[in-house]
Amino acid sequence: MAKTSASRRKSAGKPAAGRKKTTPALYKGTRAELLDFYRQMLLIRRFEEKAGQLYGLGLIGGFCHLYIGQEAVVVGFQSALREGDTVITGYRSHGHVLASGADPKAVMAELTGRGAGISRGKGGSMHMFNPAGGFYGGHGIVGAPVPLGTGLAFAAKYRNRDAVTLAYFGDGAANQGQVYEAFNMAVLWKLPVVYIVENNHYAMGTSIERATGQQELYRRGEGLGLYGRQVDGMNVLAVRAAAEEAIASVRAGKGPTLIEAMTYRYRGHSMSDPAKYRSREEVQEMRKKHDPIDTLRQDLLADGCPEDDIKAIDRKVKAIVEEAADFARNAPEPEPASLYEDVLAEA
Amino acid sequence: MPITITMPALSPTMESGTLARWLKKEGDPVAPGDVIAEIETDKATMEVEAVDEGTLGRILVAEGTEEVPVGAPIALLLEDGEDRAVLDSAPAEAAPVAAAEQPAPVVAADPAIPAGTATRSQTVREALRDAMAEEMRRDPDVFVMGEEVAEYQGAYKVTQGLLAEFGPERVIDTPITEYGFAGLGVGAGFAGLRPVIEFMTFNFAMQAIDHIVNSAAKQRYMTGGQINVPVVFRGPNGAAARVAAQHSQNFAPWYAAVPGLKVIAPYTAADAKGLLKAAIRDPNPVVFLENEILYGASFEVPDVEDYVLPIGKARIARAGGDVTIVAYSIAVREALAAAERLAAEGIAAEVIDLRTLRPLDMETVIASVRKTNRCVVAEEGWPVCSIASEVSARLMEEAFDWLDAPVTRVTDADTLTPYAANLEKLWLVSPERIVEAAKAVCYAD
Repeated sequence: MAKTSASRRKSAGKPAAGRKKTTPALYKGTRAELLDFYRQMLLIRRFEEKAGQLYGLGLIGGFCHLYIGQEAVVVGFQSALREGDTVITGYRSHGHVLASGADPKAVMAELTGRGAGISRGKGGSMHMFNPAGGFYGGHGIVGAPVPLGTGLAFAAKYRNRDAVTLAYFGDGAANQGQVYEAFNMAVLWKLPVVYIVENNHYAMGTSIERATGQQELYRRGEGLGLYGRQVDGMNVLAVRAAAEEAIASVRAGKGPTLIEAMTYRYRGHSMSDPAKYRSREEVQEMRKKHDPIDTLRQDLLADGCPEDDIKAIDRKVKAIVEEAADFARNAPEPEPASLYEDVLAEA
Repeated sequence: MPITITMPALSPTMESGTLARWLKKEGDPVAPGDVIAEIETDKATMEVEAVDEGTLGRILVAEGTEEVPVGAPIALLLEDGEDRAVLDSAPAEAAPVAAAEQPAPVVAADPAIPAGTATRSQTVREALRDAMAEEMRRDPDVFVMGEEVAEYQGAYKVTQGLLAEFGPERVIDTPITEYGFAGLGVGAGFAGLRPVIEFMTFNFAMQAIDHIVNSAAKQRYMTGGQINVPVVFRGPNGAAARVAAQHSQNFAPWYAAVPGLKVIAPYTAADAKGLLKAAIRDPNPVVFLENEILYGASFEVPDVEDYVLPIGKARIARAGGDVTIVAYSIAVREALAAAERLAAEGIAAEVIDLRTLRPLDMETVIASVRKTNRCVVAEEGWPVCSIASEVSARLMEEAFDWLDAPVTRVTDADTLTPYAANLEKLWLVSPERIVEAAKAVCYAD
């Protein structure tokens, strides 16, 4: 374990120096943009903290995989999308559905299994969807979003739409065969898809060192002609810059690309995971030195942003999350008759 | 004695072929490996190479002869130094005989087809191709994807001609990557396209069953009705011929067990066409199970503009009042053959072709059982947890009072599929065993 922790500290959060395919310079946004990134990341953070509490109270059941620590990845990428682009991910889907513009009340009510949930109480934590916002889930089978997302990109190309797909997966999924089947077809047919591996270093309890021969995951498509870059996934401005570059390349018809976002989850794999496979110090180090929200807050203050503007966002986010939690607690359970609904569409 | 050259078998299911062209003429020297003739099967044009050295002495089957059975003598080859005179003592010229006898398809009037509708004879293969082509003309969102579907014209020639008409954007050859392209197809379905995903056979769809079940069948439910998956997964299913265990399995009960899927397994060309068109239009994922042995079988297909059949309706393939025989796919052929034999013994069997396996049309089955009070379920597949098991259970629950004998299953043997011809025959469901079971439930044995 000591070895794991040591190497983690070396690689987490920042791409190793000296690599050829490093990330572009940090994104330079307007203050309003940066405040919006801050708001979105904080919303996910507070939402997830609240979800953790509700889980503890027995109001949320089943598996519940929190996104705390990884917020910069989804917020940075989402901010570079256009109307009509699509997004798909695995089971750690709360951050992605919120970033797609879904109503936090509906997302929280899905977690508590209520009829007003975003999937009518039939999906739960792992199966969040917001097709109106371009978000196609929320998939529980590790690796599945990669070919599914490749299919969304295929559809865009088939219809000659100027749209790209972001297909997220994790470092654990990177060892699934179907990921490479999809890479191959996407390269072959130059499909407009950006593959994003959110490398949070642990596939459930198995660190990347214990699971993977080639640990530079951005290079895992090279044998198939899929080239990638690594980015500091703990810095939203770095993610945004990498996202912009990747999406522009894909939109220009150059075929798919792969981004490895070096990130970290502060919580266990799911609520029932005590995370004994890593040290407390390792987690503390990440939280203290690489937290994406703190980093952006410091950047804003250093840039002369009035602290009151930031605090106003803090209050607003807190209120949104409280409202979502109240709604999710009080909304009625689904009608029993709905058990039989949504199995098949009317022909 | 001259060497007899016979009509070669060029695929596991080939029974006869057309001798398209002789490339050598009588008197020509022939060396091993020389191409001597071209033969058209229902799948492809194949070259026939000489095995022995000699002189082509006599051609027994003229160019252009159709339906030359596998194994029939087609030419005589003189060995080195042999005189042409020996040709006359060789076996008499084999007249081309008809392909192996098969029971002529007997198809009762379909309630969905108005009486007097004109029909034309088509193979199941052609009917499936026409269904896809018609739907592709009708809806630009329909495309076909799979291994060898485009340039090769289909591993079993079901997609023949589609590439020429619709181009490579809509008829798409994939790498050998079932898990990958099944997932890609489902993703395209999320976005509203209507992919027709061809598996070269359903044996290979085992690689992809995760996407069929987890990604396609469950999507609409998990999203609370927000996302449909209008995808058709199609290809040959069940036992072919002499291809052993890994290429001979009926997956119908596996898929029919899954809520969120529709499962279709037609027997006739008309049903293949009408139901594939319906499947492509359906907003749900449909598993469409074809049968390799039936691809070349001809049936009357209604000659109408847009022939679409309802999914979920069984068809009475032969009417009768003494015993009900329920079957689907190729087992309908065996059931009809059994009914013919039973008729000769004075037992009138009613044969029901389920056509759709999910949803299962128990109404039609029960209506028949209320009349006959006896039921045999025939299935080309394993017995345990089969469609036959399901029909039996449903009859016990829903028609117990109407039964005068236990519902009996007649299926393939509960072993893996053997290679040897005699063992394979023993393994498969057969008219003989259906007759036996029908007589048993009629207490007529």
